[in-house]
Amino acid sequence: MTGFLFKRLLQAAFVVMVVTLIVAWAVRLTGDPALMLTSGSANVTEADLARIREGLGLNEPFLVQYFNTLAGLFTWDFGRSFVGGTQVSLLIASALPATLALAFASMAVAILISIPLGIRAAVSRGKWADQLIRITSLIGLSFPNFWLATMLVLIFSITLRWLPPSGMSGWQSFIMPALTMGVILTATNVRLVRTTMLEVLQSQYIMVARAKGLSERTVLYKHALRNCAIPLITYMGLQFGGLLGGVVVVERVFNWPGMGSLAFDAVAARDYPVLQSVIMVLSLLIVSVNLLVDIAYGLVDPRIRTE
Amino acid sequence: MNRPQHPTSPPPLLTVEDLSVAFGQNTVIENLNFAVQPGRTLAIVGESGSGKSVASMSILRLADIAGARYASGRIMFQSAAGPVDLLTQSQEHMRKLRGREIAMIFQEPMTSLNPVFPIGDQIAEVLMLHEAMPRRAALAEAERLMSLVRLPDAGALLKRYPHQLSGGMRQRVMIAMALACRPKLLIADEPTTALDVTIQAQILTILKDLQRELGMGLIFITHDMGVVAEMADDVVVMWKGRKVEEGPVETLFAAPKHPYTRALLSAVPRLGAMTGEPLPKVSPLTVFDGEAPRILGEARVQDTARYEAPLLSVRDLSVRFDIRKDWLGRATHYCPAVSDVSLDIYPGETLALVGESGSGKSTIGRTIQQLQKAAAGEVLVEGRPMSAMSLADRQRLRQEIQYIFQDPFASLDPRKTVGQSIAEPIETHGLLAGRREIRSRVGDLLERVGLSADVAGRYPHQFSGGQRQRVCIARALASKPRLIIADEALSALDVSIQAQIINLFMDLQRDEGLAYLFISHDMAVVEKMSHRVAVLYLGQIVELGSRAQVFETPGHPYTQRLLSAVPVADPTRRPERTGLAGEIPSTTRRVGDAPALNKRIEIAPGHLVAAS
Repeated sequence: MTGFLFKRLLQAAFVVMVVTLIVAWAVRLTGDPALMLTSGSANVTEADLARIREGLGLNEPFLVQYFNTLAGLFTWDFGRSFVGGTQVSLLIASALPATLALAFASMAVAILISIPLGIRAAVSRGKWADQLIRITSLIGLSFPNFWLATMLVLIFSITLRWLPPSGMSGWQSFIMPALTMGVILTATNVRLVRTTMLEVLQSQYIMVARAKGLSERTVLYKHALRNCAIPLITYMGLQFGGLLGGVVVVERVFNWPGMGSLAFDAVAARDYPVLQSVIMVLSLLIVSVNLLVDIAYGLVDPRIRTE
Repeated sequence: MNRPQHPTSPPPLLTVEDLSVAFGQNTVIENLNFAVQPGRTLAIVGESGSGKSVASMSILRLADIAGARYASGRIMFQSAAGPVDLLTQSQEHMRKLRGREIAMIFQEPMTSLNPVFPIGDQIAEVLMLHEAMPRRAALAEAERLMSLVRLPDAGALLKRYPHQLSGGMRQRVMIAMALACRPKLLIADEPTTALDVTIQAQILTILKDLQRELGMGLIFITHDMGVVAEMADDVVVMWKGRKVEEGPVETLFAAPKHPYTRALLSAVPRLGAMTGEPLPKVSPLTVFDGEAPRILGEARVQDTARYEAPLLSVRDLSVRFDIRKDWLGRATHYCPAVSDVSLDIYPGETLALVGESGSGKSTIGRTIQQLQKAAAGEVLVEGRPMSAMSLADRQRLRQEIQYIFQDPFASLDPRKTVGQSIAEPIETHGLLAGRREIRSRVGDLLERVGLSADVAGRYPHQFSGGQRQRVCIARALASKPRLIIADEALSALDVSIQAQIINLFMDLQRDEGLAYLFISHDMAVVEKMSHRVAVLYLGQIVELGSRAQVFETPGHPYTQRLLSAVPVADPTRRPERTGLAGEIPSTTRRVGDAPALNKRIEIAPGHLVAAS
């Protein structure tokens, strides 16, 4: 297990290197930030531009700039925002917890809905409950998230006035954004739980568990579910990446003070240090989640632990 | 031992009356009646599809989950709370009986335990559920139960996971789990079918001892008449969902009444039946397919082997598998699957490789078929070393040596018709050109193995297990081989089908002059059809000789042990076994720590025995 983890850690470090390199390179393709910053203002001399470049560290060679950014990951120093000059680390420190909270709330929504529904569908395979669950989940899958978000706001905030339409304040504000992102994950997860569950329910040890006199609940949620865990954890680990991508749109709709909003504003303002840092932190996050997934395999399945 | 023929005093523990079970429109059990007495063993015998497993699942009402409908009947059980009809109980009430008063052991010990929980917890779970024991007390009781089924070092085993245990140990865990609440009735569904003979003997002894100790009624479901003879007091024979015969075990074996029972008993290979015969013999078979029984085949001595020059020789062969690697990918532990094996196969001869799981018998077959690389040693074909052959010559060997696998379903492509499967080697090796020629050859081959030529257009799932194995044999014959490696080719088949396939193998040997490398763990089948036998233990040959030498004067203690473990299909000769304790040791070794090699001595002409 330690050897396995060591290998995975090396792989993860390599992935982070490559991702950050691509980001650093791609960001610079969009043009000279000094020109962008000064566009619109009159009387900009070449000397002014040079001074701006000097100030932003843009006249260093690309690789030096890249390694400075990389070093920033370790020292938690990402430079300053082009807009307003705030420390980027401070911006991220306030946005990251909001995004993480939203992501975990969405995952929780997805898990809490999809596992019982998926199990129910598997148990009543081919019957009406199964059909209903499968059709509903297909409908859920067909909603674009911005549309779903708008509909929720329309119903629960504007018409019923039950929930705050935007911002992050108290647990009520989590409900609609978490639901929006959770529902879309749920749709695929229900199908995944159903398929893996159907396979596990065919196993002899499930029959043995029933022959012991255990209740269906214990059979399904203790004996069967744990054996479904490997494919579920794998898939949810991958979903987490998609979730962080989807966060940009949903955070925008609900005006959520997270990484998505930060990235959106940074794109609009061509605020490279912020954009680059947001992408780096998110990719680091995705890589670590997948590392956690590998560790979770060993915890869930003793056969992997002893390998 | 005298047993009462008609027990009078206690009422039966379980009475199945007029039971009919259907799945949808398909009736799988019709008007079944039998009774189980406390403290006695009832064997339910039948082939796949006879309904014997459905009967047991109906008693536990687990057949409901698969969608079973009980069209008629009662299943009366003397529960602690008085007699109940199990068919009218709610699932909730059945859950109180399951595991507490009626317990079950299943066929596949490898898949019967939940892979993600420690075995101690899996046993304790039953006690916590039915006896309301706290976890700590339940685990202590689990430890006691595990020593009861003679698992060594039970305390340490509690925290182990199923994959860390051998099949025999897992089946003992299953027994411990089933007996945890001292059930009044134990149902054992083919509990030893998947196990090696010596392990089977251990499990049967444990079951018998514990039954005596706890006074349980035991329903023993099996297709193995040897196991029936050894275990049962009474026998019910089922055929296509009906009971065709029942009676005390001695009577049933001595004077079977129903033609199906007679056919079944005549098909059972009996160890020792060949004593005094120098050569294998084909014997006629009684076949029962619903009408009057028919006799198939003739008695014939199989004098086909030509001991001039060997067709294939294996010299000092060693094969190893890397088990563990360090982080640079270098092997640190390995399994010496085959060590220093030498043997010859002559034209027209059947050489049997016998041994238990992990003995390396399949690895030898796979190496000969070039499916596995040898670490050392050489395979010679008619004196020419395989390693010195050109690629084309080695490809030609793939045609001349054919392999038949254990599972006929898994070895046929489900999306190809059997005709296409059989034609494939003919096309690959360019043996015939032209569609018509190939088609007529496929038809001939199908008829050769006892099928009709017009089944060529059907798919594997449309055949029974025995028919599929016939298709596999036809496919092997298609490339006109000289040697067929049959790797447990009969193990998955019912006895009566198995007997027919044995005769088919022997007929083909006579007609085509085929040599067989017959890999098997079934000593009785080996005795019936082989000319010479090699006994393998932990990757080395411990005994090699003619069939008569190995079976009549076994020289190595392991061969003797193997032979004594085989159940004898004769209830009047129940063996008292000794010295069968223990497991086959693990074979994983550190690199550099080579296993000690046997020295073999010739105790009679052609009879080699390892000196220990």
